[in-house]
Amino acid sequence: MPASSSQALPGSRRRTLLIGATAVVLVLLPVLLTQYQTFQATMILLYAIALLGLNMLVGYNGQISIGHGAFFAIGAYVTAILVSSFGIPYWATIPIAGLVCLVIGILFGIPALRLEGHYLALATFGLALALPQILKLHVFEAWTKGVVGIFVRKPKAPFGLPLTADQWLYYFTLFFLALAFLFAANLLRGRIGQAMIAIRDQPAAAASMGVNVSYYKTMTFGLSALYTGVAGALSAVVVQFVAPDSFSLHLSISFLLAIVIGGLGTMWGALFGAVFMVVVPNLASEISTAAPWAIYGVAVIIFMYVMPTGLVGLVRKIWNGFSRTPAAGGAA
Amino acid sequence: MTDARSIPSQAAPPRSALLEVEHVTVRFSGLLALNDVSFSVQEGQICGLIGPNGAGKTTLFNCLSRHYHYTSGDIRYRGRSLGPVPSHGIARLGMARSFQNLALFGSMSVLENVRMGAFARARSGYLQNLFRTATVRAEEAATQRKSQELLELLDLTQVAHENVGDLPFGTQKRVEIARALALEPTMLLLDEPACGINHEEVTELAGLIRRVRDEFSLTVLLVEHHMSLVMSISDQVVALNFGAVIADGTPAQVQRNPDVIRAYLGGA
Repeated sequence: MPASSSQALPGSRRRTLLIGATAVVLVLLPVLLTQYQTFQATMILLYAIALLGLNMLVGYNGQISIGHGAFFAIGAYVTAILVSSFGIPYWATIPIAGLVCLVIGILFGIPALRLEGHYLALATFGLALALPQILKLHVFEAWTKGVVGIFVRKPKAPFGLPLTADQWLYYFTLFFLALAFLFAANLLRGRIGQAMIAIRDQPAAAASMGVNVSYYKTMTFGLSALYTGVAGALSAVVVQFVAPDSFSLHLSISFLLAIVIGGLGTMWGALFGAVFMVVVPNLASEISTAAPWAIYGVAVIIFMYVMPTGLVGLVRKIWNGFSRTPAAGGAA
Repeated sequence: MTDARSIPSQAAPPRSALLEVEHVTVRFSGLLALNDVSFSVQEGQICGLIGPNGAGKTTLFNCLSRHYHYTSGDIRYRGRSLGPVPSHGIARLGMARSFQNLALFGSMSVLENVRMGAFARARSGYLQNLFRTATVRAEEAATQRKSQELLELLDLTQVAHENVGDLPFGTQKRVEIARALALEPTMLLLDEPACGINHEEVTELAGLIRRVRDEFSLTVLLVEHHMSLVMSISDQVVALNFGAVIADGTPAQVQRNPDVIRAYLGGA
């Protein structure tokens, strides 16, 4: 229907429709899914939160992190420890985990952001490399339980809601994704979001407009750590288990890969990237149990060649082909 | 007032000097880029800064916008030293600049670039932006209105929503000026605005610089190679050669100055 008269449907209206339709699908989805599929869908939602944060950093602000798995791990551990050792209700631990990661992200960011480009990437790489082993250290074992990890009991749906535990966790995660999406959208369209993009495009010019480049870079790093930490905290509840080896370097690189494949510098890219992160490894192991990573790797290579602008770029191209408009809007 | 070197720096300037450059020296690992440079710019004037390639014009410009630190001497703006001011603090003082080789935000539209120029005029912080409060929306509406007026003034309304990167060079230069004006500056620093544009556009540019100076009561510091542009619009011309001031005065005085003539024609 929007194909015939795109002039009558300005970018903002179209966007509202698209967001509304996606929201409806996400709300109704658990009805159609099996228990295991609901679990996987929940993983997609929580990865999307992490990727929204990482995309602010990499896509909008132009900094590279190959260590965000570390913040995911910290978020997960904060929740697991608060629930198991301190008896704090799981829902209350999610924002705490986010704030802890915000603070750690900013503290890590202050010295690291003096490093440019590749150097920052390598510093974050170091973080991801070190964290799993730090979690195994004896000093922290009273809380982290070392290599054994921590079990988190699966919560039931509250208020007598007619939902299974998995369905409840799906909606619980969806609520956080909706908040994460709203806050990111608000921030990115405002002056701070524009400053983040300006820093990526032309740091010297941004400074002469009055943008404190290192302040905004540090804050963006902290904020992306917060998002990733919230996602990690949710994962502790959803997976019901945290252990150092669940947060290997592989996770950090998967995040970076997913955001590039989803679409850098776009809000939808996070959702597409999260789908890729969950679905493609599953498909790969269905195709070949012997060499799933070979198939995953080939899929990544194909994606890079066929869609250099990510899945979002492809969808836009198809959409614009349909409505035959000369690529209007396109900021969000 | 004919020769900068003869002006004692302690003497009170005749009118209020907006910008005072005093004995500024910049050294890059042995290379003396600026050597004891002094001059001042009066409020409301257009000051042209000329000199052959490598004379130190851009170095001075980068000192003004705090991308470089001067080794000794001082630069004062409204009597305040720029020494402790960071590069992002210049905008808040009311100084806006353009860049010689263009430094537009390549992923943004013309309008978004100009809006970004007004960044320092707004105050809203993270919390207000996360919730997109009424303050944020009011700031944005004001920025939008002002930016559209500037687009109108610089004849950019037609291309407001185009990506800046897709526009011809001359148009991009106008976008840079519009972006600088969005700050509502008191001083405009233009780094070779005529570089790379054609003869017709240079004539338009001359009119434009004069017009914005009058309309927004600006002070303009213009670094430029294009002699006829500088001489036609400047109230004051400062000539640099090998990092030092060789002449400072009206365009007519500077054009007659034997050192200037030698720098441009003779012993290179």
